[in-house]
Amino acid sequence: MGVFRMPSLGADMDEGTLLEWLVGPGDEVHRGDVIAVVDTAKSAIDVEVFENGVIAELLIEPGVQVPVGTPLARIEQAGAQEAEPAPKTPEPAEAAVQAEQKPTVQTESSEAAVREPAESVASAQGKPAAPKLTPPMRHLLHQFGLEPRQVAGTGPEGQITRQDVLAAAGESQAARPSPAEPALASPAERVSPPPAPAQSRPRVTPRARRLARERGVDLSGATGSGASGAVTAADLAKSKPRRVDRTAAMRAATAALMGRAAREIPHYYVVSTFDMTPTLQWLREHNADLKPRDRVLPAALFLRAAVVAAVKVPELNGHWDEEFKASAGVDLGVAVATRGGGLVTPRIVDAQDLDLGQLMSHLTDLVKRAKAGRLRGSELQPGSLTVSSLADAGPDVLYGVIYPPQVALVGIGAVGSRPMVLDGELAVRSTVTVTLAADHRATDGRTGARFLSEFGQALTHPEEL
Amino acid sequence: MNETQARELVLTAIADVAPEIDTDTVDPDTSLRDGADLDSMDFLAYISTVSETIGVDVPEDDYERLDTVNAAVAYVVEKSAD
Repeated sequence: MGVFRMPSLGADMDEGTLLEWLVGPGDEVHRGDVIAVVDTAKSAIDVEVFENGVIAELLIEPGVQVPVGTPLARIEQAGAQEAEPAPKTPEPAEAAVQAEQKPTVQTESSEAAVREPAESVASAQGKPAAPKLTPPMRHLLHQFGLEPRQVAGTGPEGQITRQDVLAAAGESQAARPSPAEPALASPAERVSPPPAPAQSRPRVTPRARRLARERGVDLSGATGSGASGAVTAADLAKSKPRRVDRTAAMRAATAALMGRAAREIPHYYVVSTFDMTPTLQWLREHNADLKPRDRVLPAALFLRAAVVAAVKVPELNGHWDEEFKASAGVDLGVAVATRGGGLVTPRIVDAQDLDLGQLMSHLTDLVKRAKAGRLRGSELQPGSLTVSSLADAGPDVLYGVIYPPQVALVGIGAVGSRPMVLDGELAVRSTVTVTLAADHRATDGRTGARFLSEFGQALTHPEEL
Repeated sequence: MNETQARELVLTAIADVAPEIDTDTVDPDTSLRDGADLDSMDFLAYISTVSETIGVDVPEDDYERLDTVNAAVAYVVEKSAD
């Protein structure tokens, strides 16, 4: 038995709002499946599950904001017979700390840990803890206008199940058919939920929500034409809801993280300029035989060079937590400017296993989704090293600020024609200036210089990438 | 493909890549990379979309000929007539 918790989607996240469940009770899930959408200050995030099993119960309704670490759903492992011995049930605050320390979606094997957090969730929402009634069932009862005492629970320990609520609702509707809504013919129709009561948060179909996210549309206050007044994709096309302004929230999140970096990290910088002329010639030849969608951009070359350098200089690939801890793989953070003007730095996990073409297709996919606000939770965990490029914007040099808890950041300037000494002669070459910002607590300038040297070696020998 | 169809195709490709751009107000003679703010990844996606729609592999040397809406329309009309 496991618990799916509100994940920490970045160092600056304390709480999140569950936007949407993509699964329901009884659904089979597999490690890596996206099962929920969570709204953080910065954007809506697709959240994956980290175990295989069957969704036993959803504990939180869409629209509810909860602290990081709060149980969101119970997951039963396929084939699990007996509950394992129960360790101490974590308090919500403790759970939040755990979630921050282990930046993945937490699951726990404990029957006790399953039951009790459900109650703490209820109190977190300001509702009294009802032992045999889960929040989704309470919501369902409310939708039907039923009291808990009107329903006979048939679940474990007399717990009220969805079936119980539907059965009770069917009876009560059949007992007193209203003139406006005559008793429905078939039992199946009779037990379908009634229209949702008027509320500030509209019901939204999954497709409409996805569309709204892609377009940056705020759905609160939207009216729908679908079943139970749900907002459908068609409604979204018709109406012109106002855009959500995430700019301020993103600014605040970036401000908090960069402020911390400036307070805590003693930065040093090393800078080198590399001759890109042969590299760009190689890239033209490489791309000549490829269809546009398979072509490689210089951006991927820079990422690949950073990965190669990080493997050769592991002192710069990892996290600072009282002391330096090297990462096993290169989880490469990529700074991406979003369409709204904000900045996100999703990561490419185990980038050392990707060749140039694979890195390019990962980058294309990541940037596309980052811009559209469709990142996954696992991509927003801290990387082990970040690359930030202003190559398209034009500045010669980028002096970056390190993302805590990382210890280095590679800044890429614009590629352009510049004077350079070549074989003792002045020549005009395509050059790029690369900076390494590094944490002086973790390394000294000599290590940074070694990184840049390896970076340059890789960049100027693209055939080996 | 006539000019109207080609213009529709080019503007659809731009809107597809950069939904925030209002294609009604894009200056047809302004560089998409400099003026309309398509970065190199956006521009490659736009080239890919146009290329796949007209069934012609646009070589990198032709990228400049797709850098404004009007130039791209002329390019699409020419290539689709081949």
